[in-house]
Amino acid sequence: MSDFLTQFAPALPEIFVLAMVSLILVVDAAVDDSKRYIAYVLSLATVAGAAFLTARDFSTMPVLALGGLFIDDPLSDVLKLFLYLSVSVVMVYSRDYLRQRGLYKGDFFVLALFALLGMMVMVSASHFLTLYLGLELLSLSLYAMVALQRDSSVATEAAMKYFVLGALASGMLLYGMSMIYGVTGSLALADIAQNLADGTDLRIPLVFGIVFIVAGLAFKLGAVPFHMWVPDVYHGAPTAMTLFIGSAPKIAAFAFVVRILGQGLESQVVEWRDMLVILAVLSMAVGNIAAIAQTNLKRMLAYSTISHMGFMLLGILAGSQNGYGSAMFYVLVYALMSLGSFGMILLLSRAGFEADQLDDFKGLNRRSPWLAFLMLLLMFSMAGVPPAVGFYAKLAVLQAVVEIGYVWLAVAAVLFSLIGAFYYLRIVKLMYFDTPHDTSPIAACPDARIIMSANGLAVLVLGILPQPLMAVCVHAIGASF
Amino acid sequence: MFGQSILSLVIWVPILAGVAVLATGSDRNAAIARWVALAGALLGFIVAIPLVTGFDTSTSAMQFVEKAAWIPAFNIHYHLGVDGISMPLILLNSFITVLVVIAGWQVIQDKVAQYMAAFLIMSGLINGVFAALDGILFYVFFEGMLIPLYLIVGVWGGPNRVYAAFKFFLYTLLGSLLMLVSMIYLYFQSGGSFDIQTWHTTTLGMTAQTLMFFAFLLAFGVKVPMWPVHTWLPDAHVEAPTGGSVVLAAITLKVGAYGFLRFILPILPDASAELAWFVITLSLIAVAYIGLVALAQSDMKKLIAYSSIAHMGFVTLGFFMFSPLGVEGGLVQMISHGFVSAALFLCIGVMYDRLHSRQIKDYGGLVNRMPVFAAFFMLFAMANAGLPATSGFVGEFMVILAATKVNFWFAFVAATTLILGAAYTLWMYKRVVFGSITNPHVEEMTDVNAREILILGVLAVCVLAMGLYPKPFTDVMHVSVVDLLAHVAQSKLP
Repeated sequence: MSDFLTQFAPALPEIFVLAMVSLILVVDAAVDDSKRYIAYVLSLATVAGAAFLTARDFSTMPVLALGGLFIDDPLSDVLKLFLYLSVSVVMVYSRDYLRQRGLYKGDFFVLALFALLGMMVMVSASHFLTLYLGLELLSLSLYAMVALQRDSSVATEAAMKYFVLGALASGMLLYGMSMIYGVTGSLALADIAQNLADGTDLRIPLVFGIVFIVAGLAFKLGAVPFHMWVPDVYHGAPTAMTLFIGSAPKIAAFAFVVRILGQGLESQVVEWRDMLVILAVLSMAVGNIAAIAQTNLKRMLAYSTISHMGFMLLGILAGSQNGYGSAMFYVLVYALMSLGSFGMILLLSRAGFEADQLDDFKGLNRRSPWLAFLMLLLMFSMAGVPPAVGFYAKLAVLQAVVEIGYVWLAVAAVLFSLIGAFYYLRIVKLMYFDTPHDTSPIAACPDARIIMSANGLAVLVLGILPQPLMAVCVHAIGASF
Repeated sequence: MFGQSILSLVIWVPILAGVAVLATGSDRNAAIARWVALAGALLGFIVAIPLVTGFDTSTSAMQFVEKAAWIPAFNIHYHLGVDGISMPLILLNSFITVLVVIAGWQVIQDKVAQYMAAFLIMSGLINGVFAALDGILFYVFFEGMLIPLYLIVGVWGGPNRVYAAFKFFLYTLLGSLLMLVSMIYLYFQSGGSFDIQTWHTTTLGMTAQTLMFFAFLLAFGVKVPMWPVHTWLPDAHVEAPTGGSVVLAAITLKVGAYGFLRFILPILPDASAELAWFVITLSLIAVAYIGLVALAQSDMKKLIAYSSIAHMGFVTLGFFMFSPLGVEGGLVQMISHGFVSAALFLCIGVMYDRLHSRQIKDYGGLVNRMPVFAAFFMLFAMANAGLPATSGFVGEFMVILAATKVNFWFAFVAATTLILGAAYTLWMYKRVVFGSITNPHVEEMTDVNAREILILGVLAVCVLAMGLYPKPFTDVMHVSVVDLLAHVAQSKLP
């Protein structure tokens, strides 16, 4: 009996979230429209409870559980805490937006929590099966979330695209996994790593498998040339869902990539490094150049996401602890900036009005100097201009790339980020240099404003004192590899 | 109690004052914002004074050093210190900030708090650039100052301000990003250090030195600005408000030149020696060709902007003569240009506030209506032309002397500035100030008020003092410059 419990204890946060989701599902079905806030409060409580459980049992060394399917290490614990943070921030930002659009129902919260559960499984997976399970739980929840606004044809179209391409990517990933299984005879990451380190003469199926896995991962990350779904989904989905998709899942995707490539296929770094180089360069190029042509802010940020994922890949392709640590720092910082900038669209939106055109930000400095200042910080951070934290994220991945001798790649990366700076500057220009054409008061509720202030200032404070977050990343990677 | 952290105060007092100004909020409290800004700028200047009084001119070592771990993950330190090269620049910057705040007192009526705060924060960041001894810390200040400057040009600038702001920002960002890659490369070459003084002793191969030379040259050359990457400057100057032009000309250009002395020469001595001809050529083109371009301008601000480029050409020319005379001449020229260009832009500001035109043809006969102003303007125009007894003469003369020792023709081309500078400045002066009044609006112009006399008077004293007795300035620099050149003379090839 006690052995049984020790097996399950590391997965306690996941079990707690699952139990609470079931509870919310039942409770929400039983209450009428005036009491929808119950689901909201319960969801936040769920996230808080899970955070408490994760923090209480914070691991200092990797612990395998559930027969090797599940791993509880510092990396997974740190990432989970950031997942909780970003999911709860999404809920606060989205509440008013959802209410004004008739989406403020249990469905959203249940799907969001299922997605969270999927992400938690992803970051804690030590086995191809659990990785896939977590990924599918996340993806299916996201498909449904995008389609949640039933009367919107754009949203439905976006959900359809997302589903079809997502399913294709999952298929590729599975195919690649099966190849690796064929070569190594195992689905557990540790066994695969061991097996490959000992050497194998099945080079062709192995490389074949790696290609499919990398392609599948690139789909999920939205790296060029597997990026087609990103702008359409970001643009078409209701902004609250875009906010969700653009933040926490990126953290989970990072874990997913690092688990597979960094832990499972570590010894094959020479095989996958060049693939990632191509993906990274293309993503930075296409993402940054295409973003310039956008007039819709959500679409622009979608292309910017593509370029940021390219940057994040730079850290991973270094294939060193230093590189993974810098990629982790990058993805956490990116999630923070992404939350802030999509959150700002939500704050400026109101019933019957989406503030998702670039022109909706015109003259924001006259309407609300404070929100304009926060957005300014976020945009300069995205552009990688110090003292905003985005600069240190870029610095970290660039030094990881230079360390392995790819100076040309660092030069290419900074040149693309120069192109990127243009469209972030354009947002600042709209807010500060132009006069507003929409002068209606901003109707954001106080709690969302407070969180937004914290979000924006975090970008500045972490920029002045980046050490704590960097130390966390270095420690998490160091203790888990 | 603050004796150990003077440099931190010099950096953070203006920044915090800027935040305090922002906190005064909307334009209803504009008066408070102005006074808080003035107090902050004065305080920023006062805390910088101990840098002069406590400065030891007998050593080339860094003084007022502060060092604390900042980002141990990458071995980055909060490391500050000044030598004879950077100390005068910090003082110049703190001084100019006070003038800029006063200059914007009545002119700026829109978003006063944001305007004043942007200048104060930028002033603190620029002090940081001059005081930083850690590469990344330097970079953070170097890049961070672009943000307030971008807003200053874009929000309070002229009709074409958006174009100018973008051009300025992207140009400078291009250079600095390549510099960042070079810094990361240096980090690994020096065995994991971002310390600038460690880089001064790091051995580097010729190829690496050459590549990094061009990366740094682009970063600092854009800021200086050197021909042919100078085209952002006239645009930014013309569109910026008066205060923005003053800071651009007097301070931010110096950041670029300072980078040559702190980074390019001591870190890449072999590439610098090898490629000196390249920089010298660009500098001479700037001096001669841009001087001619200035002659053709019809917009006063543009004229002074081109004249700035020509004067900065002298600075880089002096640096690459590799002699104490040349480097010190360049430094004196930097500080002198800080005073003179600031004064000239303020003079143009005085006229612009009254007539709302920068075109030379709109003026004429100003001396009839504004005699006091005409006298001040005369002095600064003469200083810009390099008249002996003004500060403009000292630096130019030293650089020309140094150039003569190296190559007669360098000196010959450089000396054309004495003719060209006089030609474009005095011709502009003649058309604006003398002659009969043709524009009826000039009749309505009033002479300078007490506030304007104060600013111009202080600058006039500086220009004359430096022109008549430059020794205190060169004394401060001398030991540091000699030490720098000793570094440059040492090959760092492995």
